[in-house]
Amino acid sequence: MIEMHDVWKTYENGTIALQEIDITINKGEFVYVVGPSGAGKSTFIKLMYREVKPTKGEIVVNGYNLGKIKRRQIPYLRRNIGVIFQDYRLLESMTVYENVAFAMEVLEKPVREIKRRVKEVLYLVGLKDRHDHYPDELSGGEQQRVAIARAIVNNPDLIIADEPTGNLDPDTSLEIMKILDQINLQGTTVVMATHDKEIVNRIKKRVIAVEHGRIVRDEMKGVYGYEN
Amino acid sequence: MKIRTLGRHFRESFRNIWRNGWMTFASISTVSVTLLILGVFVLLALNLDNLSKYAEKTVEIRVFLKDGTTDQQIDQLHNRLKTMPEISEVVFIPKEEGLKQLKEGFGEQGYLLEGLEEENPLPDGFLVKTLIPQETAKVAELLSQMEEVDKVRYGKGVVEKLFTITNIVRNVGLILIVGLAFTAMFLIANTIKLTILSRKNEIEIMKLVGSTNSFIRWPFFIEGSLLGLVGAVIPLVLLLFGYDYLLKHMDIPFIMLLPIEPLWGKLTLLLLGIGVFIGIWGSITSIRKFLRV
Repeated sequence: MIEMHDVWKTYENGTIALQEIDITINKGEFVYVVGPSGAGKSTFIKLMYREVKPTKGEIVVNGYNLGKIKRRQIPYLRRNIGVIFQDYRLLESMTVYENVAFAMEVLEKPVREIKRRVKEVLYLVGLKDRHDHYPDELSGGEQQRVAIARAIVNNPDLIIADEPTGNLDPDTSLEIMKILDQINLQGTTVVMATHDKEIVNRIKKRVIAVEHGRIVRDEMKGVYGYEN
Repeated sequence: MKIRTLGRHFRESFRNIWRNGWMTFASISTVSVTLLILGVFVLLALNLDNLSKYAEKTVEIRVFLKDGTTDQQIDQLHNRLKTMPEISEVVFIPKEEGLKQLKEGFGEQGYLLEGLEEENPLPDGFLVKTLIPQETAKVAELLSQMEEVDKVRYGKGVVEKLFTITNIVRNVGLILIVGLAFTAMFLIANTIKLTILSRKNEIEIMKLVGSTNSFIRWPFFIEGSLLGLVGAVIPLVLLLFGYDYLLKHMDIPFIMLLPIEPLWGKLTLLLLGIGVFIGIWGSITSIRKFLRV
């Protein structure tokens, strides 16, 4: 699913964000990416959907070689990846339904199919009676569920989540985790950067720890390993 | 692109126009006001140009023939003048006609010229108009060198001054219009840029869910041209009514306004063209930098 060989990322100001990254993430895995702030977690994750371009090395995601990918191919790469953020990134001017439908309109799906599928995923994330609400009328947990619905509506092979529970209270975080876990059980690969010690230690998955731009630990059923 | 996607883009643009109410209002107002000012100046310049042309047309050359030129020579010369490319109009004025005109010029004192008919001292002549009024002096010089020609007269001095003035009027008009057109472009593009800046987040999210650039661009493209279109139609209607009112109510001697008919087509084309072009250009160039995510 994701393969990185000797990947380096140096930003224009000279900071080395990542160095010598070698990693393989297989289809169907659930991976936590942990580490202190500024360690390179974010850059590591952004490399996967080509928000950040590697300075050196090879990255293959879903068969796309991200070091060589052409700019106009990027949209097609992203259609197979669902992205979830700490700040939800919903379109404030659109209703819940429209936010989710938007991701399908981009793929030029027929209206009927969009209607059916959006209803289905909104039911899946537990928002079946929130269709016509606007994001600012929802709680944080509900907004994040809309974002998840949007991420999965096109049945992507990979979900990338950047601190999806960062703004949520523990109970809500757990609900979000249950949904992500559910998605993972259907066979979708999930990569999630997190600061949430509780969750990492409670829902045991593969843990990749990043420090000073390097991978320092990679364990199956690992623990968070840092004091918050 | 599929037809249903085009439909989606139209729905999306209308929704954006409606939703960003104040921004829409600001863009349309900017486009309208600048195009209104531009339109006023274009009308002014075209009318000044027309007045200049009118004044220039009154310039003519009088050619007096040598005494004793035969009718045959006159006919030949007449034909030669007619075929010269610089000359638009040639009228033969025999000495009798010349005297009549002279008498009319004297008005009540015309009787002073009584009795000259028998022994008419005036020469035969031609009245010549040049195709390009500014070439009057040159053509006059050319004519004066012809064998049969005695004298040539064209209001030397006055004519040159007239042309200097009409040239200044034209150039100032042109500079004003070009300057205004650029100002209009800048203002309009800037306003549209602002409406798009306010939607930066929206564009970033679109890119994250895998929108192609053209998918993102289309609604902006439609929106830009609609804003430009509406922004051009408003000043056109205002100008049409205003000009019509002037035509009907302004009554200054010697000043003849151009009729609405051929003028309006040009103005419509110009303002609509600028409006729509700038609308599209403004929105396309402004989103370009956000599309590099």
